[in-house]
Amino acid sequence: MDTGDLRSSYIKGLRDGAPFILVIAPFAMVFGVLSKSAGLNVLEALAFSVAVIAGAAQFTALQLMQDQAPTLVVLASALAVNLRMAMYSASLTPYLGHLPLWKRGVVAYFLVDQAYALGIVKYEREPDMTNGERFAYFIGTITPICPLWYGFTVVGALVGAQISLESGLDFAMPIAFLALVGPALRTGAHGAAALVASVSALLFAFLPYNLGLLVAALLGMMAGAEIERRSEAT
Amino acid sequence: MIDRTELWIVIIGLGLGSFGLRFVFLGLVGDRPIPAWLMRHLRYTAVSVLPALIMPLIVWPAANDGQPEPVRLAAAAITLGLGFYFKNPLLAMVVGGVVLVSGIYLTS
Repeated sequence: MDTGDLRSSYIKGLRDGAPFILVIAPFAMVFGVLSKSAGLNVLEALAFSVAVIAGAAQFTALQLMQDQAPTLVVLASALAVNLRMAMYSASLTPYLGHLPLWKRGVVAYFLVDQAYALGIVKYEREPDMTNGERFAYFIGTITPICPLWYGFTVVGALVGAQISLESGLDFAMPIAFLALVGPALRTGAHGAAALVASVSALLFAFLPYNLGLLVAALLGMMAGAEIERRSEAT
Repeated sequence: MIDRTELWIVIIGLGLGSFGLRFVFLGLVGDRPIPAWLMRHLRYTAVSVLPALIMPLIVWPAANDGQPEPVRLAAAAITLGLGFYFKNPLLAMVVGGVVLVSGIYLTS
C-alpha cells in the first residue's frame, strides 16, 4: 500500500478532529474541577479520564458517588450512558471489522463520540477508502482529542477554582453535538429519527438510571429504520 | 467524601465496562456480515443517540436550575439550523458558541 495515502488520510482526520479542541479542552477541565471539588486528587481524576474517556459517563459516575449512591447503581447508570458506544461499535463494524484484532482494540479504546461522528460520516461518503486509510483517518481524528482530554482533566484538577456554570461552559457539549447532528440530517428518515429521539428523551426523562436516553435512542432508530424500509418498498 | 475503595472500583469497572461496550461488535463480530435489519437500525444511531443525550440539557439546563432559558434555546436552534443548512459543523459550532457567550453576557 502507498504510505502517502495513509499519511494524507491521517492528516485529513487530524484536520477534521482539530475543531473539537475548542470543545474537549473546556469539557475536560470542567471534569477536573468537579473531581477536585468532590475530593479526588490529580492522579485519581486522571485515572478516571484515561480509563473511561467518556465525559457524560464520568460526570454521571462522579455525581452519583457524591450522592452516596450504591456502587452497583453508580456503575450501572454510567455504563447505561455509555451503551451508545456499543451502537457506535456495531455501526463502524462494516467499515473497520476487517482490521487486525489489535487495531480493532485500539479503535475500541479510543471510540469517543466525536471520533465516531467524524468517522461514520467520512466512511459513508467515501466508500472507496481502504481499511488502512480508514484506520489512519480514525487515528488522525483522535490525535487532537484524546490527549487533550487527559491533559485538561489534569489542568482542571490542579486549578480547582470554581468555574461558574453561568459562563456557558455547561453548554459546550450540546452546541458541539448539535453542530454534528445538523449536517447528518441527510434524509427524511434521519430527520424523523432525530425528532422521535429528541421528543422521547424529554418524555422519558423521568426514568431512573438514565434509561430514558436508551429508550429514546431505540425509538429514534426504529423510526428511522421503519421510514427507510417503507420508502424502499414503494 | 467519596470512599476510596468505591472510587477505584468505579474507575476500573467503568473503564473495563466502557471498553467492553466499544469492543463488543468491532472485536467479536469482526468481518462477519451484520444482518440488513440491524444495519438499517444502526444507520440511525448517531442521529438518535446524540439528540437524546443533549435534549434534556438544552431544555432543562442545570445552570438555570433546570428551567428553560432563552439564550441557550436560541443558541441551540441557531447551531442546529446552520449545521443543517450549510452542512458545515465547524461554522455551526463557532456561530452557536458566539451566540451563546454574547447572549449570556448581554443578559447578565
